[in-house]
Parts: sequence; C-alpha cells; structure tokens
Amino acid sequence: MGMTLAEKIIASRAGHDVTAGELVITDVDLIYAHDLSGPLAISQLEAIGFEGFKYPDRVVFFIDHASPASTRAAANDHRRIREFAGSHDLRFYDVGSGIAHQVAVEELIKPGQIVIGGDSHTCHGGVLGAFATGMGSTDVAMTMYLGRTWLKVPPAQKFYIHGEMPEGTYPKDVMLYIIGMISVAGATYKSMEFVGPTIDAMPIWQRMVFPNMSVEAGAKVGLVASDERTRTYLREHNREADYSPIVPDADAVYESEYDIDVSSLEPQIACPHNVDNVKPISEMGTVPVHQVYLGTCTNGRIEDFREAAQVLKGQKLAPGVRLVATPASREVFLLGTKEGIWDIIIEAGGLVNSPGCGACPGVHTGILADDENCLSTLNRNFKGRMGNPKANIYLASPAMCAAGAVAGEIVDVRKVLTHA
Amino acid sequence: MPNQRGRAWTFPANVSTDLIFPGRYVEFLSDEAKLRSITLIDAREEFAKEVKPGDFVVAEDNFGMGSSREQAALMMRLCELSAVVSKSFARIFFRNCINVGVPAIELDTSRIDDGDDLEIHLAEGKLINHTKNETYDFPPLPPVMTNILDDGGLVAHIKKHGDFNVE
Repeated sequence: MGMTLAEKIIASRAGHDVTAGELVITDVDLIYAHDLSGPLAISQLEAIGFEGFKYPDRVVFFIDHASPASTRAAANDHRRIREFAGSHDLRFYDVGSGIAHQVAVEELIKPGQIVIGGDSHTCHGGVLGAFATGMGSTDVAMTMYLGRTWLKVPPAQKFYIHGEMPEGTYPKDVMLYIIGMISVAGATYKSMEFVGPTIDAMPIWQRMVFPNMSVEAGAKVGLVASDERTRTYLREHNREADYSPIVPDADAVYESEYDIDVSSLEPQIACPHNVDNVKPISEMGTVPVHQVYLGTCTNGRIEDFREAAQVLKGQKLAPGVRLVATPASREVFLLGTKEGIWDIIIEAGGLVNSPGCGACPGVHTGILADDENCLSTLNRNFKGRMGNPKANIYLASPAMCAAGAVAGEIVDVRKVLTHA
Repeated sequence: MPNQRGRAWTFPANVSTDLIFPGRYVEFLSDEAKLRSITLIDAREEFAKEVKPGDFVVAEDNFGMGSSREQAALMMRLCELSAVVSKSFARIFFRNCINVGVPAIELDTSRIDDGDDLEIHLAEGKLINHTKNETYDFPPLPPVMTNILDDGGLVAHIKKHGDFNVE
C-alpha cells in the first residue's frame, strides 16, 4: 500500500513500513529547545540524574524569544542555557542568531529527518520534507537524553492546491483560507500534506508558511515534498549534499482530501481572537490599525520584507501608526541590510529590531495598549498573544500589513499595488 | 492521586496556552508559586484564587491549543486538580499533561455545569457527577500514556524503566 509523506519519513527511520495510527519508537535526528522551553528541559535532565548526552551532535539550544533579555529573570535563564550548552559542548545559537525554526531550516534540517523542538512551530521544518513536530520541555529533555521518542503515525490530510495566485495574494492568504475552512482544530493529531502545481511552483521561502501554520489547525506536522526546489534551497545554503527527494506515493491513503483552486482567491484576514476567524478583504468593515508587526517564523524572511518594502517604498506611515519589523534570522538581517530593505522601512517611519521572535510572544518589543488593533504577519491572534488581553490582533500577508501601515486601517493591497 | 473529588470549573472551546500562561508573565517561568497564582488568568481571572485541591477543569473542544509551553500543564498540577476534562485537547498540551502527571480525560462535557460536584475513578474510566446523579464513561489512555501517568510523569517513568515502556 502506498504511503503518505508522514508515513514515508517515519518508515524510512523505523526501517519498516508503517501505517497511520501505529505507535512507534523512533530515533530523532535533531532535538532543540529555546529560552522559554530550555530552562525546564535542563531541570528535567538534571532530575533524571543525567551525566552527558549520548548524541550531543543532535542537541541544539537557541535564545530567540526574550532575545536580548527583557528581564533579569530572562537574563538568568539565558545564562543557564549558555553555560549548560557550553559545558556539554552543544551547538548553541545566542541572541541575534534568529528564530530557532528559521535557523534550523537554513542550517540544520535535512529532508527525511525526524525533528523534535520545544516549541509548537517546530512543524516549520516540514518545508524541507522533515517530520518536525513540537513538544513540551519534558518530552524534549527525554528525547535529548535517549536520542529517541515515541509517537503515533498521524493520519494525513491532502491539500491539493492548484491555479495561479492572483496579483496581491500570497501563500499566507492560501493558508489562512485553509485554516478558516477546516478550523483551529481541523487537523488535530494529523499530518497536513500540501501538494499540487501551485505548491510545486513555489520556492521554499513561499512554501514555509504552510508547514509553519499547520499547528494553528492543530496538526502534528505540516509537510511538503522534498523536490528540486528543495535541492536549490539547500544549494543556496551551501549544503546541497543534505538533499534527498521525498514524495508521497501516488496510491497513498489519506483520511481526507481537499481541492483548493487559488485562482480567484482574495487577500484573507484572520480576525480576533482565533486563527480560523478568517474573512476575505471584501467582507471586512473598517478596522483602524495602531501597530503593524512584520516578521516571525511565519513571514520573517527576506522575500517577505521585500514584498512589504514594495508597498512601503516612498510612503509614510499613517499618523498614529507604529511599524515594527523583526527579521527571522541573521541571514535575513544581513540580506536586508545589503538590499536597503531596512532603509525603506525606516524612511517610512518604521523601526527594525534584531533577529528573533520579537513582539509575537508578548514578551517585549511591541506590546499593545488596551483596545489597540495590531495588523501582523504572525501566526496566531489569540487573546493576550502580544502581551495585552485587551488588544486585538489581525493576521495577514506582509504586503497587506504594509498597506495597512500606510493607510492607517486594513485595506485591500491589490488597490495599492495597482496605483504603484 | 490524593484528591479525586471537587467542583467543576467550566471553560469554553479553544482555550489557548496563552490564556493559561500569558507571555507577559514570562518572568514567572521557573517559579512554581508564582505560576500557580496566575493559572488561567486570561480565561477566568478568579480561578487561581478560588480553585481548591481536587477540583476539575472542564472544557469544551480543543483545550490547550497553541504554544507548547509546558508550564500550562504544570500549572494544572500545581493547582492539584483531580483531572482536566475536555471534549478534546490540543495535541502538545495533552501530551504535556500526561508527562507532568496530570490526568487529561477526553469525554463529552456538555452535561457538566460550572460548580457541579465531580468525582473521578481513573482506573475504572468513570466520572461521577454527584450534582446531577450521572456517571460518564471514558476510554482508557493508550498504554504508553497510562504507564507514564501511573509512574507519576515522564521523568519518573524514564528513571524507572530507562526507556519508554510501551507494553
């Protein structure tokens, strides 16, 4: 019987065929934690009486959430991680490196790997055809300790995406549309597998949004096949040798299949306070914007900022609007510097922060005031997400966010692009 | 499990781990007393002040969605709940609950009202609603999770077996 992407990756690591629902204990190729999940993971390793790692080359720590440290407690947590990583000779990415998931895709993850991270957006790594999923600190700690974990092979949902993306729409719009359709629990425990000509035509940076936001529908993993575009991405990151092709079998069995024609898609907005509260721009009333936040593991790549800059070039922020941009990695930060992308944002009246999660987790660098509306490229609009339960978060594509910053309200970026 | 009877605290669908443990309290990350004091603060402000050992969190669908922050599950244990009961759970939160030794029970909660007097019998798979004189059955957890829960959480489980015990 044919296998889905999820089944194929797990089967290849397990050394035998697997089917959805089966419980497996599998070796894990890469295990990472960050400054919010790391301290508890270290405590759990200490609690088990651990003396050293069996596979230290598989274990990585990042500081990306409260980065650089926002409080004394955070600074002490950072020091603890820094010292722990140093004493065990582990790979460690300190403040300024960027978001774990983005750096992992740029530098660490290989197609076909099994990856466990102490963060829900670890599923981001699925863009390279790796079975990457988030877990809590204790699971991460024990996986670091044993070099393996237990999991159930997830049933898969196939999203066959076809049609040409209309001007002014982006992968973010497609993914918001999908989550609006299946709901925030529509893929719980499942593997969301994204296939079809529209996906095939997308470079890796565009594909990233799909695995990244799979967890917003509750999925265990979000997967894209590893193909020639994957090879290109790895080559551009000087690691073509890490490439291997992984495609689902033609006769794979899916729990459900969705046919999505994007050729008449409109820009989509996820309204407060759930990611499935999605509306096309034509159904939005007037929504004033107080802050725009560009970045995160969902849309913090150089291409995302180029799209925002295209809208912002030569423009000024509307009075009373703040624009915060935060590149997802050092690589993105450097590229943006070379290309003059930050100049465009700063000249428009915005600001640029150092690489990391920035304002997304509600820790610092852009907390909202009561009753304010934030239009952002981030992945979740939960109540309180950006530090204030009395504020509202709207999710959209980078270009839509930039257009909102200039207009001072949520507007249709297609009209802005036509006038440009 | 010392406490197995207490009152129901009800919650709607899609309670995120951000509502259980908001990011703005990040400095409480490694302080259990402070963590306990803010449990579910953005979902139900009075909960942390009034919850008593043995009480139940009772939710509609998809409890614990979003972030993997294990503190959200740990807070359920710090409140000494008998169990967290929901029609369904978000995946990572569910796994975290078992790992920190909190029974996370999937059952139809539509008959349970806030304040109902509940009692759980984990081994028998029964939740008794004394207020309504009703009993709800729930299926057992997968064996690996039952083993982890019986051992008192994942760290104790690995200490005892040296590995995952899936039998």
